[in-house]
Amino acid sequence: MSATLPDAIVDSAAIAAATSRRRSVWALAIRNPSVIFGGVILLLMLLIAILAPYLGTVDPTRIDPAMRNKKPDTVLTYRLDDGTPAHRTAIMGTDSLGRDVYSRVIYGTRVSLTVGISVAIIAVALGLVIGLVAGYVRWADGIIMRIMDGLMAIPPILLAIALVSIWRAGLVTVIFAIVVPEVPRVVRLVRSVVLTVREEPYVEGAISVGTPTITLMWRHILPNTVAPLIVQATFTAAAAIIIEAILSFLGIGIPPETPSWGNIMAEGRTLFRVFPHNIMYPGIFLAFAVLAINIMGDGLRDTLDPKMSKKV
Amino acid sequence: MSENKGDKTKPILEVRNLTVALPKGADRALAVEKVSFTVNPGEIVCLVGESGSGKSVIAFTVMGLLAKALKPTSGEILLEGENILAASEDRLRQLRCTRMSMIFQEPMTALNPVMTCGEQIDEVLETHTKLDAAARKAKIIAILTRVKLPEPERIYASFPHQLSGGQRQRIMIAMALVLDPVLLIADEPTTALDVTTQAEILKLIAELQAGQGTGVLFITHDFGVVAEIAHRVAVLRWGELVEMGQTEQILARPAQDYTRMLISSVPSIVPAHRGVRREGETVLRTDKLGKTYVSKGFFQKGRTVKAATEVDLDIRRGETLGIVGESGSGKSTVARCIARLIDPTEGKIYLGDTEIATLSAGKLRPHRRKVQIVFQDPYRSLNPRMTVGDSVIEGPMNFGLGRKEALARARALMETVRLDPNALDRYPHQFSGGQRQRICIARALAMEPELLIADEAVSALDVSVQKQVLELLDEIRQRLKLAVLFITHDLRVAAQICDFVAVMSQGRVVEYGAAEQVFGAPRHEYTKALFAAAPGRNWDFTKASAA
Repeated sequence: MSATLPDAIVDSAAIAAATSRRRSVWALAIRNPSVIFGGVILLLMLLIAILAPYLGTVDPTRIDPAMRNKKPDTVLTYRLDDGTPAHRTAIMGTDSLGRDVYSRVIYGTRVSLTVGISVAIIAVALGLVIGLVAGYVRWADGIIMRIMDGLMAIPPILLAIALVSIWRAGLVTVIFAIVVPEVPRVVRLVRSVVLTVREEPYVEGAISVGTPTITLMWRHILPNTVAPLIVQATFTAAAAIIIEAILSFLGIGIPPETPSWGNIMAEGRTLFRVFPHNIMYPGIFLAFAVLAINIMGDGLRDTLDPKMSKKV
Repeated sequence: MSENKGDKTKPILEVRNLTVALPKGADRALAVEKVSFTVNPGEIVCLVGESGSGKSVIAFTVMGLLAKALKPTSGEILLEGENILAASEDRLRQLRCTRMSMIFQEPMTALNPVMTCGEQIDEVLETHTKLDAAARKAKIIAILTRVKLPEPERIYASFPHQLSGGQRQRIMIAMALVLDPVLLIADEPTTALDVTTQAEILKLIAELQAGQGTGVLFITHDFGVVAEIAHRVAVLRWGELVEMGQTEQILARPAQDYTRMLISSVPSIVPAHRGVRREGETVLRTDKLGKTYVSKGFFQKGRTVKAATEVDLDIRRGETLGIVGESGSGKSTVARCIARLIDPTEGKIYLGDTEIATLSAGKLRPHRRKVQIVFQDPYRSLNPRMTVGDSVIEGPMNFGLGRKEALARARALMETVRLDPNALDRYPHQFSGGQRQRICIARALAMEPELLIADEAVSALDVSVQKQVLELLDEIRQRLKLAVLFITHDLRVAAQICDFVAVMSQGRVVEYGAAEQVFGAPRHEYTKALFAAAPGRNWDFTKASAA
C-alpha cells in the first residue's frame, strides 16, 4: 500500500478526544445506590453462611427436651460433657424440640444461599446454551421453544412433589425442581437477544469475513447477553430462595434434619399463636435476603439495560 | 376560523441572540450560540446544517419542548412579539397548535399507534376549541381533504399502521395545521420518506403555507430540499449561524467558505463522463436471481413475499454498478443474496466461474473472501466490544494469516483509508461516523476481495463526509481494480460514483444501462418519475462560486 495520501490522515489526538462511554457502564453499576445497598446485605448474608459455626451458634440439630419452647432471650442452663453446669442465652428462643432457633436460622442461611446461587448459575448456564441454539439455528427454534413452553407450564411445587416421590427429599431434588421451570425464562431472554443481535451489521460483517459459527457466537453474540443475563440471574436467585422456603415449609423440600428457613417456619406453624418467634426470625431473614437481591437486580437493570440508559 | 394574521410585514418569529447551553461533559459547552434570525409571514426559512449543528435544538426551543438537560441561557424568541422563553408552561400549551405547530421526522413514532388518526386530530380540537363533536368532525374531514388524503372518512377511522409513510406525514401536517397556526416548524419532515413521496409532501407544505400565509421554519440537512422549497436559508455549524440569505444567493454565491464547502459537497445529479471500456474480466454475474420470503408458523398459513425477481446483473473488474431504488424495491435483498448473507431462492450467482448461489455453508467459505460488504449504519457495523484492529484482522486470521502479518496488513490499510494506524488500538465508539465507515472499508479490503458491496454505505453520513468517503471508494476501486456494487436510494450519489445503473422497483430491475444513458434519457416510466421527484434536480450545486 502506498503512503502517498497524507492529506487527510486523521490524527490520533482527535480520536482520543472522543471520551470513552462504553466502559463506564460497569463502573456506574457499582456506584448505583440500589446495587450497593443490596450488595452489602447479600455480602453480609454470605459471610453469615460461611462463618455460621463461629457466630456463637450451637449444633442446630441438637434436641433438648428440657428446654422446649423458650421465648427469646431466655437464659438456658445445661451441663457440659464433664458435668459442670453452663449458661447460654437463646437470643431467638428455642423450638418445640428444644433446638436453638438462632443457630438454626444462621445455618439455614447456608441452604437458602446455596439454593439461590446454584439455581441461578445452573438455570443461566443451561438457558444460555439452549437460547443460543434456539436463536441461531433457525430450524431448531420452533421445536426448542415449544418444549420450553411446555416446561414453563409445570408448577415447581407439583414437580417437587413428583420428584420427591421418585427420588428422596434433599437439596439436589429441590434445586432440580426449581431449575426446570426457570430455564425457559432464561432461554426466552437469550433467544430474544440473539435474534436482535444476529441482524446487527457487525455480525453480518463477521459472517462475510468467514468467521466460523462457534467463534461468531462466542465473540460477537455472547457478550451482548451478559448484562441482561446478570439481571435475570438475580431475579432467578430471589425466586429460587422463596420457592425453596415454600417447598420446605410444605415438607417436600429440604429434609427436616437440615435446618432451612422454610422448615423452621413449618415447625413453628402449629404453635404460632403462642410462640411467634419460631416463624418471625426465619421470616425476617428470608424477607431481607429476597429484598436485597431484588433491590440489587433493579439497580443492575437500571444501569445495564440499554433501554434504560438512553434517558438523558 | 379566519383569523387576522396580523401585520403582513412584521415577522412572525424572531429569534434574537439565542444561546442554549449543553450539559456538562458534552463535546462542547453550547448547543446553540448567539443565533438570530426571523421568519416572516408566508415565508419558508430553512435551517441547514450537518449533524450536531444545533438545528433541531433551535426548533425544540421555539416549541418549548427542549429536554430538561438543555437550558436556554440568553436571548429571546418572539412569536408575534411574545417572548416564548419567558412564557409559562400553561401559556406555551395554549400557543402550541393554535399559534405554532411542529411536524417531526418519523410520523410513525409521532402518532399514537392505538388511536385512530381522526381521534388524534380531534384531541387537538377538543383541547383548544369549544366546538361540539359534529363541528369538530366536519373540521377534521375538511383538513384531511385539504392535505389531499383520499377518502377522508376512511382515513379518519384508520389507525396509523394502516397508512403509508407519506399518508402518516399528511396526518401530522393536518394535525399541525388544523387550527391555522401562524408558524409551522418542520423538523426533517421528509428524511424518512422515499424520494417520490418526499416530493409530494414538499409540494403540499409549500401549497398549504402559501395559501394560509403561514411562516415555516424548515429544518433539513439536504440541500436538494433547500433548493426545492426555501425562500431564505440559514446555515448552521456547531451551533453558530454561519450565514443567512435568500436561497438563490446562498446556493449560488455563498459568502462563507464553510457554506461553499457544504454546497460543493452535494453530488451533482448529472453523471460525470467516465469512459468505461468494459474490458476487464467479469467478476460477478447473476442469472434470474430471485428471493421469495415465505413466513409460516405452527398455526398460521404461509405468506409469500417476492423481494427480488429475475435480477440479471454483471460487473467487470474496475467497474461500479449502482442499484438504485426506493425502500422495499429489493435492492438490499439482491446485495445480501450476492454476499450470501441470505440464501437466494431462485437463479444463479456466478463469482468468476463459480456458481455460489447454491453452495453449502462449508463449500462457500473459501469464496466468502472474494465478496465483501460495507453496511449503511456506521454505528452498528463494528463490534463495540472489540478494538478496531481486532475487527480488521478477524477476517484474514479466519483464513489462516498469522496475527502479526494480519496486523501489518491492517496498519497499511489504515493508511489507505487515511486513518492513523494507531487507531487500531482504539474502540469504535471513539470514532465519528465517517471514520467508522473508513474502518469498515478497511475491514472489507483486508480480505483482498474481488467484489466490494456498498449497501447504502454513505447514506447515514453528512454531506461533506459523504463526499470524502465517496472519493475514497472511487480511488480504491481504481487503484485495486475492484468491482463495486453500490446500493443507494440517492440518485445524486449514484450519478457521481456509478459506471452502470440498475433501477429497481418492486423487486425487479426496470432499467439497466450505462449511468450517463440512464440519467440522461430515462426510458422506463418509473425511472422518469424517480428523476422528476429528486429534490433540487434543476439546481447544479457544483456551480456555487465565491460571492
